[in-house]
Amino acid sequence: MKHVKTLNTRKLQNTVVKGGCGECQTSCQSACKTSCTVGNQTCEQTK
Amino acid sequence: MIHQYKNNGFNIVLDVNSGAIHVVDDVVYDCIALYEDNSKEDILNKLKDSYSKEEIEEAIDEIEELKANEALFTEDQYRDYIIDFKKRPTVVKALCLHIAHDCNLACQYCFAEEGEYHGRRALMSYEVGKAALDFLIANSGSRKNLEVDFFGGEPTLNFQVVKDLVAYGREQEKIHDKNFRFTLTTNGVLLDDEIMKFANKEMANVVLSIDGRKEINDMMRPFRGGQGSYDVIVPKFQKFAESRNQTNYYVRGTFTRNNLDFSKDVLHLADLGFKQISVEPVVAEEKDSYALREEDLPQLFEEYDNLAKEMVERKKAGKDFNFFHFMIDLEGGPCVAKRLSGCGSGTEYLAVTPWGDLYPCHQFVGNEDFLMGNVFEGVKNTDIRDEFKSCNVYAKEKCKDCFAKFYCSGGCAANSYNFHGDIHNAYDVGCALQKKRIECAIMIKAAEAMAEAE
Repeated sequence: MKHVKTLNTRKLQNTVVKGGCGECQTSCQSACKTSCTVGNQTCEQTK
Repeated sequence: MIHQYKNNGFNIVLDVNSGAIHVVDDVVYDCIALYEDNSKEDILNKLKDSYSKEEIEEAIDEIEELKANEALFTEDQYRDYIIDFKKRPTVVKALCLHIAHDCNLACQYCFAEEGEYHGRRALMSYEVGKAALDFLIANSGSRKNLEVDFFGGEPTLNFQVVKDLVAYGREQEKIHDKNFRFTLTTNGVLLDDEIMKFANKEMANVVLSIDGRKEINDMMRPFRGGQGSYDVIVPKFQKFAESRNQTNYYVRGTFTRNNLDFSKDVLHLADLGFKQISVEPVVAEEKDSYALREEDLPQLFEEYDNLAKEMVERKKAGKDFNFFHFMIDLEGGPCVAKRLSGCGSGTEYLAVTPWGDLYPCHQFVGNEDFLMGNVFEGVKNTDIRDEFKSCNVYAKEKCKDCFAKFYCSGGCAANSYNFHGDIHNAYDVGCALQKKRIECAIMIKAAEAMAEAE
């Protein structure tokens, strides 16, 4: 595309099928303990 | 839903429901802003003084191509999915063990009130800790990865119990086909070679508490006698971080109204050599002098912007570091279920007091209204669990139309409760900061992508 650069190819809607295994880290255990930050968590299945 | 903004010279468009992120030129940026509420003719008419007809038509073609590929103006299709997802049987996968309700520091902003959590000083016994691990295994269903954070107060005040519980966990994980991920949160005062060696062998992550510049750290994190802690902890943390190869740890600070220029604290920690840094806004009551106020937001936004720009520059110069709140994984990030179902407090994540009581999370410990049961008898007050279970972004009025919902999962239930008396609300100052951080994090990714392309 001439006017657009897309940064990511993964679509959230595609994670509905295989998502939700629950094996990933609980967000508060990572560092925060006062905020909820899930966007930076890593998916256990794509590690 | 679209969120579009300009930051550091980039025009950024976030297609909220697909998670697609686009860096666009001015004509596409302006066309997207008009696209949903205007016909093609109207857009051409409204933008005719800024761009040529060909440019606008080309931009609209690209917008329509993205839309057809479900990467722009994507519909929200997750509501029923998340409600069904949250109906699944509850399993517990993470515990925050309050190994010591006692502390050797007297931090001004401590929600645990110098470690005592509105109650008495106490150390967790091995028997209580062991029962907590048994409770976790018994309630974890098919989950293999189980997380246990050794928290306090200050857990190194009771370190023999930490070591004994790790040994017990390692023995039990083999029997039950589980994998324990232990973590330790410490103020560093008692850190020594023995603790570091043990932690490097057993702890998947360590969180090292320090606020930044010496004067800032020492103002808020003094010893009980009033002396500052900076000089005691910095050399230990530097040694610890190096011994972990600068990975799997965070130096973790809190900023307050006393250091609204907190980007200096972040950069100070980076200049000390730390590569994994988290400095987060204090959560305090409005009456506290150090609590952040709505009027502070413009300055805080500027701080985040400046920090993000500086991080881009440092990366170019090979002096990069990670800032926890700017970390964002665009390709391998969490699934929709994780993003929208909340933090897990009160359901899959529970806090355990030194005497074995269960609370929805560490922030609720000491508030008897949230006592859920104990590690010996399990969760008895299922009403509390069910209330937390119902908590997700679709249950929160403020989150429904917010672009950040896929990144914060509805925010912290404890913050919401502290400010509104209800876990289904949201802490507004926290939300404003969260949104700013997401914008900065995406800008950094845009800058990196552009640098790579050059």
